[in-house]
Amino acid sequence: MDQNVPLIEIRNLVKHFGSVIALSGVSLTVHRGEVMCLLGDNGAGKSTLIKTLAGVHRPTSGDFLVEGKPVTFASPRDALDAGIATVYQDLAMIPLMSVTRNFFMGREPVKGIWPFRRVDFDHCDEVTREEMHKIGIDVRDPHQAVGTLSGGERQCVAIARAVYFGAKVLILDEPTSALGVAQTSMVLKYIHQVRSKGLGVIFITHNVRHAYAVGDRFTVLNRGKTLGTYSKSEIQIEELQNLMAGGKELQAVSAELGGMV
Amino acid sequence: MANTTQPATDLSPAQTVQQIRDERLKEVSLLTKIMRRPELGALAGLVLVTIFFISTADASMFTLAGIMNILSPAAQLGILAIAAALLMIGGEFDLSIGSMVAFTGLVFGAFITLSGWPLLLAIAATFAVAAVLGGLNGQMVIRTRLPSFIVTLAFLFILRGLSLVGLKWATGGSTQMRGIGEQAGEGLIRELFSGVAFEGVFSWLAANGLIAKFPNGTPTVTGVPVSIVWFAGFALLATWLLLRTRAGNWIFAAGGDPNAARNSGVPVDRVKTGLFMLTACAAALVAVLTVLDAGSTDARRGFQKEFEAIIAAVIGGCLLTGGYGSAIGAFFGAIIFGMVSIGLTYTRFDSDWFQVFLGAMLLLAVLFNNFIRRKVTGER
Repeated sequence: MDQNVPLIEIRNLVKHFGSVIALSGVSLTVHRGEVMCLLGDNGAGKSTLIKTLAGVHRPTSGDFLVEGKPVTFASPRDALDAGIATVYQDLAMIPLMSVTRNFFMGREPVKGIWPFRRVDFDHCDEVTREEMHKIGIDVRDPHQAVGTLSGGERQCVAIARAVYFGAKVLILDEPTSALGVAQTSMVLKYIHQVRSKGLGVIFITHNVRHAYAVGDRFTVLNRGKTLGTYSKSEIQIEELQNLMAGGKELQAVSAELGGMV
Repeated sequence: MANTTQPATDLSPAQTVQQIRDERLKEVSLLTKIMRRPELGALAGLVLVTIFFISTADASMFTLAGIMNILSPAAQLGILAIAAALLMIGGEFDLSIGSMVAFTGLVFGAFITLSGWPLLLAIAATFAVAAVLGGLNGQMVIRTRLPSFIVTLAFLFILRGLSLVGLKWATGGSTQMRGIGEQAGEGLIRELFSGVAFEGVFSWLAANGLIAKFPNGTPTVTGVPVSIVWFAGFALLATWLLLRTRAGNWIFAAGGDPNAARNSGVPVDRVKTGLFMLTACAAALVAVLTVLDAGSTDARRGFQKEFEAIIAAVIGGCLLTGGYGSAIGAFFGAIIFGMVSIGLTYTRFDSDWFQVFLGAMLLLAVLFNNFIRRKVTGER
């Protein structure tokens, strides 16, 4: 496969919900081994965009290509099969279930013949333990409930799961927004690791600092449109912040508050 | 798939993984492992109740005959409770189980006496009717997104009413339908659903003086009532299903967080519909067993069994919010039920204490389960 063909390319994507125009022409590309940060304030259309990419919504018009081929997804399952995995902020893990059961949820490997077909839990435990070890999470026992893990660890387990099951593109929906400093750096470090494996990452965030820490390119959304895409060398963190918040007004507020926003 | 190149930050070779793994496994204390089992509370409860009755009840309660006496009602309730437990773990309730017993009992009776169908066909048709009704329950809950509590509460009354009306219509005014036992006939199928099992074993045990027998040599207990065998078998099957199969994982996932489960590709709606069908079929099984046992059916069959089944499931460690629980726990919960309801007659206590005991047990179980869950999951 040609390395220069983007993993995901969307051109002029439009999505209407009845009379509401949620996306009015969004373009974006994601390449192998790249973290594309999607920035935008509330209501900019970030959620609609990722849900469209994840197969939840179908675009009203525009092109959607995966590895150069046009696609239309009927369900999240189709997107998953095409190698696009989405990790939602809160909706990734089930706290009462064990790490192993969560890790393999929906894709349990089975052994034996029907009616004695059962999940190969030995293999599952083995894999879970190894994958957790690789990302440096101290899972004493893969049977412990996910509820015992910290928020950052849960997010990492969800990402590790997507990677293990062969995702080519990871869409991370605000993975750091509910986390503390140490846990955020843990997730960011892991995003960095995932990129070095050659996956494409779409990292959605409100936080310009988090984006700037791991991002290669930045796409800013505002009112359903792309304001522009910039590579890291082209733009400074302050400019990015201004773009995202719609410029002037924020600067004024920032000056009022002593430049701390 | 998994083994893409190891990231540079990861310095540990495979051997270290091996070593660390073994060390970590030992750190999980036996106590934690036991505490993590949802059925712990039910088992502890069963031990407590047994100790209570051993110290207060007449010694005849714990003879072989006494134990069969306890297990018979436990088995009927238990079959319902295990299905209710699976459904609760899957995040839904079914309040129509008790009425479903009455309704499927009527359907079964009608197939035998009015249609004159052979037993096997009548049983199969009864299960089919139950499955359709259960599926209807499930689809209504899923399509309307109403709480299953309210949808199945409606069915509780609808099915109870239909049983009454149907019985009167079928019998010309009576609320009891007789003669099912005679019409059903004898044979292998009949023996699967009524009477006792393992008679050979019991007569052998009696012949060798291992169990009590009458002067003429027949044992005082001729075998294990088939309902108890069904109960135990269903408990084992449900436990295996829940803990070892794909469907089991999906049940936990569907109840734990339906959205997260859907996002991971779990067919939540199919799982839930299947569970509603299973619950209805469990009710049909109880109906067939009890109707064949009594030879007749009436409109009060299964009355309030829905509550008892849910209580047994909760005592067995199921959370009302779903996603957590156990089938074997419901098994123990049902035995506690049987032991208390029957056991009180062996003591000097008024047997009307049963309901007080029941409520107290439920309250204790809920408090205990909540405490354990917090411990296990690290919830704060």
